[in-house]
Amino acid sequence: MYRSHVLVCGGTGCTSSNSQKIIDTMEAELKAKGLENEVQVIRTGCFGLCALGPIMIVYPEGCFYSEVKVEDVPEIVEEHLLKGRMVKRLLYDETVTETEVKGLNDTNFYKTQQRVALKNCGVINPEDINEYIAYDGYQALAKCVTELTPEQVIQIVKDSGLRGRGGGGFPTGLKWSFTAANKADQKYVVCNADEGDPGAFMDRSVLEGDPHCIIEAMAICGYATGATEGYVYVRAEYPIAVARLQIAINQAKKLGLLGKDIFGSGFDFDLHIKLGAGAFVCGEETALMTSIEGNRGEPRPRPPYPAVKGLFGKPTTENNVETFANIPAIIRNGAEWFSSMGTEKSKGTKVFALGGKIKNTGLVEIPMGTTLRDIIYEIGGGIPGGKKFKAAQTGGPSGGCIPASLIDTPIDYDNLTAIGCMMGSGGLIVMDEDNCMVDIAKFFLDFTVDESCGKCTPCRVGTKRLLEMLDKITEGKATLEDLDKLEDLCNYIKENSLCGLGQTAPNPVLATLKFFREEYIAHVVDKKCPAGVCKSLLSFSIEADKCKGCTLCARKCPVGAISGAVKEAHTIDTSKCIKCGVCMDSCKFKAIIKK
Amino acid sequence: MKTLEELMALRDAAKANLTTREDSSEVTRIVVGMATCGIAAGARPIMAKFVDEIAKRNLQNVTVAQTGCIGMCQYEPIAEVLVPGKEKVTYVQLTEEKVAKIIVDHVVNGKPVVEYTIGAITE
Repeated sequence: MYRSHVLVCGGTGCTSSNSQKIIDTMEAELKAKGLENEVQVIRTGCFGLCALGPIMIVYPEGCFYSEVKVEDVPEIVEEHLLKGRMVKRLLYDETVTETEVKGLNDTNFYKTQQRVALKNCGVINPEDINEYIAYDGYQALAKCVTELTPEQVIQIVKDSGLRGRGGGGFPTGLKWSFTAANKADQKYVVCNADEGDPGAFMDRSVLEGDPHCIIEAMAICGYATGATEGYVYVRAEYPIAVARLQIAINQAKKLGLLGKDIFGSGFDFDLHIKLGAGAFVCGEETALMTSIEGNRGEPRPRPPYPAVKGLFGKPTTENNVETFANIPAIIRNGAEWFSSMGTEKSKGTKVFALGGKIKNTGLVEIPMGTTLRDIIYEIGGGIPGGKKFKAAQTGGPSGGCIPASLIDTPIDYDNLTAIGCMMGSGGLIVMDEDNCMVDIAKFFLDFTVDESCGKCTPCRVGTKRLLEMLDKITEGKATLEDLDKLEDLCNYIKENSLCGLGQTAPNPVLATLKFFREEYIAHVVDKKCPAGVCKSLLSFSIEADKCKGCTLCARKCPVGAISGAVKEAHTIDTSKCIKCGVCMDSCKFKAIIKK
Repeated sequence: MKTLEELMALRDAAKANLTTREDSSEVTRIVVGMATCGIAAGARPIMAKFVDEIAKRNLQNVTVAQTGCIGMCQYEPIAEVLVPGKEKVTYVQLTEEKVAKIIVDHVVNGKPVVEYTIGAITE
């Protein structure tokens, strides 16, 4: 028995801020103090509060150390693990009060969260199947194959009201029943882990933190739909997720939880990993299957739908990682338990990746129907620097934005669709008054232009033309007529593209046009960028009465555009200025203004 | 593995190792004083003995934690046993033999070993 467990986050975020080195150092220190048989160090998946990484939790106290550095490790070992005194200076400040140290679940970030898909992330060692089993792992699979018929399993998933978490929101049970209804000599289950939206990382975190959960769910799906083989299509850019998933598959095979005759039921299921090269279009289900088949990742027309003719021409069920992550809990706890969470038409919880202008960057899981206000101000800790909230972008390059006026909208599939937005995979990028909405639309268009596979013309040429129009607007060369053309082209691309990529590509433009038209007009008519982002519309100048003539800006300017004598007001030569903003950042007297 | 029973047996075995991470009010806590005074009086082997006894008997829902100076240095090694819903019991001047008896009588069978407590010694 280990008297103390030290959990260190081994998610991608914390790993890139050196958590592996922290683990190595801790193990060495423990050994030096002779504590290696008393204290166990465990590398877990993501805890969610990535902004405070690297994160470490020490049990049995359950105390939460944040932003731990390698240099802090000897102190933690000496003080806490040897002498039993918490290192107060490293505790997350919100957990420390005058009289006590609170648990993680009492902090604002965690207390309103409800974790289903992320239940085991940051709790178990993802590389040890025993820990997954200790938290009721593989019981759902056992129950399905030994007690339930495939029809009963599908009925439970239908009754739960679970909808696809990859963005579309299609009812999962219905999808399974389509594949189940088709007779074939071979059927497949595919897990879509080709998470491509900029700013979304929940699928990666589930695979890194709880890979067995996906294996169990895919086997259940195989049993329900009559498939005996599964593929996880995961980005090669997720090396930690790939490695842990492979370890998990090997462990499950060793215990007979994958392979032939699972739980003596006669049901066989095997799982393969297929690495994706990172093309955004491969997140689209038909392109993904084409890619698994070894061909260039291009979408195919639907129908036929994958349930009829999917992978290798066989009936296939494809679900997103987060959708699968909900399945074992639904089977264990029942459809009613799941459908008691959420709103009328969107049941359960949703994971969001919080990013952008927000204090607590990270992963949160909340019941459907939570308002954007709660997500941003309660869980997210608000916007840094006291800036004003302007909009939240959801759904990445396929999504839209929710403006400040709709901050009290309960977030679910239908409410978001109603305001012209979409859930998407759950990336939530918070923007404040310093973000230019035209520039945001341009950013996402730039992404889709890069990622369009080129198979169909509306998407290949249309998005390029859209981007050029947006460039024209941000350079102040557009007319009001261009705005109308922009909108027309958006609608044309939406209606005529082959796959979801093209059909949703104009959404960021349409949503920003709908809610922030006045910003577009400011660019077009007044030739101004209200947020001060679009460089072509900006000019920098020095206010003579504030300038002390310290010469700092002149020395920092990379192009020598600033001139002036010492202790006299300086001036900027706008013909030379490249609008990099270095002068403004370096001025101690706030004498430089941009407008 | 071919049956649900095998899975459940594996689960129960694995679960015992994770009690330390449970944030539950149903866990019995044994807290050993590990300040300089405690360590000097031999608290480290005492704590190790507690851990050994718990592991040997495969007790679930028991954790061992350390704390700083409890304040009665002349009575070290000191340990407190906190059973949920019961009053805290403080044992003093512990030896490895005393620890074994405390585990059996108090932690397993729910009867505090009165003669080892602070109350009995200071009377």
